[in-house]
Amino acid sequence: MSHSPALTAERLSATPPPTHRTSTSRRKQNLAAYLFILPFFVVFIAMLIVPLVYSGYLSLFESKLIGGDVFAGLTNYVRALQDSAFLASLGRMGLFFIIQVPIMLGLALFLALALDSRRARGSKGVRLLVFMPYAVPAVVATLMWGYLYGSDFGPIAQIARAVGFGTPDFLSPANILGSMMNIVTWEFVGYNMIIMYAALRSIPGELYEAAEIDGAGQFRIAWSVKIPAIRPAILLTVIFSIIGTFQLFAEPSLLNVIAPDAITNSFTPNYYAYNLAFINQELNYAAAIAFLLGVFIAIVSYIVQLSTQQRERRERGTA
Amino acid sequence: MRKAPRTALALGSGAVAAALILSGCAPGANEGGGGGPVSQDEIDKAMTTPTKLTFWTWVPDIENEVKLFEEKYPAIDVKVENVGQGLAHYQKLRSAIEAGEGGPDVAQIEYQYIPSFVLPESLLDLTPYGADDLSGDFVDWAWNQVSPADEVWAIPQDVGPMGNLYREDLLTQAGITEPPATWDDYATAAKAVKDSTGAYISNLGATQAGQMIGFFWQAGVKPFGYDGKETVTIDVNSDEAKQVADYWTGLIQQDLISTDVDFNDEWYQGLASGKYAGWLTAAWGPIFLQGTAEGTSGLWRAAPLPQWEAGQDVSGNWGGSSDAVLADSKNPIAAYELAKFINDDEESAMKLATEQFLFPPQVSVLEDPAFVDQESEFYGGQQVNKLFSEISETVDTDFQWLPFMDYVYSSYEETMGTVIAAKGDISGALDTWQDQLVKYAKDQGFTVK
Repeated sequence: MSHSPALTAERLSATPPPTHRTSTSRRKQNLAAYLFILPFFVVFIAMLIVPLVYSGYLSLFESKLIGGDVFAGLTNYVRALQDSAFLASLGRMGLFFIIQVPIMLGLALFLALALDSRRARGSKGVRLLVFMPYAVPAVVATLMWGYLYGSDFGPIAQIARAVGFGTPDFLSPANILGSMMNIVTWEFVGYNMIIMYAALRSIPGELYEAAEIDGAGQFRIAWSVKIPAIRPAILLTVIFSIIGTFQLFAEPSLLNVIAPDAITNSFTPNYYAYNLAFINQELNYAAAIAFLLGVFIAIVSYIVQLSTQQRERRERGTA
Repeated sequence: MRKAPRTALALGSGAVAAALILSGCAPGANEGGGGGPVSQDEIDKAMTTPTKLTFWTWVPDIENEVKLFEEKYPAIDVKVENVGQGLAHYQKLRSAIEAGEGGPDVAQIEYQYIPSFVLPESLLDLTPYGADDLSGDFVDWAWNQVSPADEVWAIPQDVGPMGNLYREDLLTQAGITEPPATWDDYATAAKAVKDSTGAYISNLGATQAGQMIGFFWQAGVKPFGYDGKETVTIDVNSDEAKQVADYWTGLIQQDLISTDVDFNDEWYQGLASGKYAGWLTAAWGPIFLQGTAEGTSGLWRAAPLPQWEAGQDVSGNWGGSSDAVLADSKNPIAAYELAKFINDDEESAMKLATEQFLFPPQVSVLEDPAFVDQESEFYGGQQVNKLFSEISETVDTDFQWLPFMDYVYSSYEETMGTVIAAKGDISGALDTWQDQLVKYAKDQGFTVK
């Protein structure tokens, strides 16, 4: 691989003693660069860093209805780590992640490969159709599914009864997690598919030609050329899914209206933090929960990324 | 020497008098916020000075009543804002109070949430503005809700004394010609209705704390108490409460009462389709039902709640709101006059009852033939308003709330709701609920009695 022209120029300018002209132009360039990123940093700091620090600060206090705010150090964190409701919500989302994410991403990958193979007819229409649920707001999606799931008048239940299967109760405490997985899968298959499909489209055509000359069929190409080539994109969707799963909020919050007996206040960690803040009025504890959740997500994402990188390195080593 | 004792006495009595004056004055000065009761002059001045008021409420079309107010006081300009209903409304209200700006002058508050705003001193005591004089204009138990002690925190707007709405056709089909008078009769009727029509005599909303607390209220259970300061009483698992709980557990486990979650599509359909042959609900229920189950017009009737003892005549309350003035209001006099006018002015109160169909706590409306003699086609020509006006007389006057009802309800959903939905032992769930509430209250620094 050759260096890009810019890099080469920099190398060259670095070796001889810098002349006056280049240094001023570089300074100007740097200044321009800083100016360009300034708006981003202002917004980033004001909208992200400051609230983050503030909520971290809040989480160190204890606020009571009687007695007001008291500095509490790490009490809230200690309490959170012993809070069975919080831990159970993390466990529930862990289960959600293990079951739902592979299904969703598998489906997305299959659809992306199918569209990319250009064998399927009407691929544009299909692409749009699969992507459409992502454009439907989560609120509307959940309400719609709530109706579809209804046990007396929902179409699924009616069909099941007509066929003689009895009435499936999608909204019972035992089944609600599965029902929610289904909603989330429906919502996000298209989104993940688009990411993978875009990555597939950027694979250079020569690779396919080479594979065909080697006698590989479509399945072999998909398995040995396409999937390895879009691994970074797949990893990206996995990371997005981790974050998305542990931050589920709209779905439980809306299903709670339809099935309050099945959705507990601590059904998902995020929903728990919300309820703590706005129902229990334990804002500080909610901040601690939110912080811990953020740390937890970062750790899980990092572990996933690390393990794939190691695998890649190992494969490169053996190849 | 002779003079000395006298002077001492004089000095002493003078000191006592001074102390009396001081102690007599001090509380008045504190309560008034601006010093003592507000005089008519001050009121006249406030009501003729151009003023802008903000009124947060979710009552639809309340602009009509506000218009009457503005016609009477052209200087006052009222902005009505609907920031959401129930919890959403309170959350925004609390945020605005916390922030110290952006809040309304007058806000709708349901009775059970008043203490949670009294606790952080967010509401204005209305006694210096003359609210005490209004006590006779409202039914006693509703007045006690807004004024549990000396202070008056809000003006009652509407109430929900509880009764029994039932499908006369389905009950007749089951051989029941009179509405069940006692809960025992109700259980017998439930069996007959289920056997002969397949319908549930009514549905107990699994997570509906308001309905269950209404039943407690009727049974004379006093689950909550609050002294206005730092002491709360929590007794949701008393023997009387468990008696109510066991009654429902029995019916539910015999599959005579359904436990569907209420106020969702399935439940609306259930009311319209005859899945439920009745609804134990509040005085706002009849109109609500009319909109929900149009197709069954003429088949419904209203009756008082069944009683625990034959010959008794008591009821509970479910729902209803008041209008309170916030302590932060810059125009407390005008704000109070608005809250008062909307609910106490006869024309405005009548409008609320006959146009918005809020069930009135105002004696003037409850005694007005134009309201009580209305015949409702949906209920086969029955005078439903008259019935509920009579029921309103029988509501226990002494029922209190905790200053953290948001938590109480959400905890109810967790502990009671899940058990009721699973058709489990409701009495046992009362114990869990009690434990959660006591723990929360203690964690929050309350003294629990």
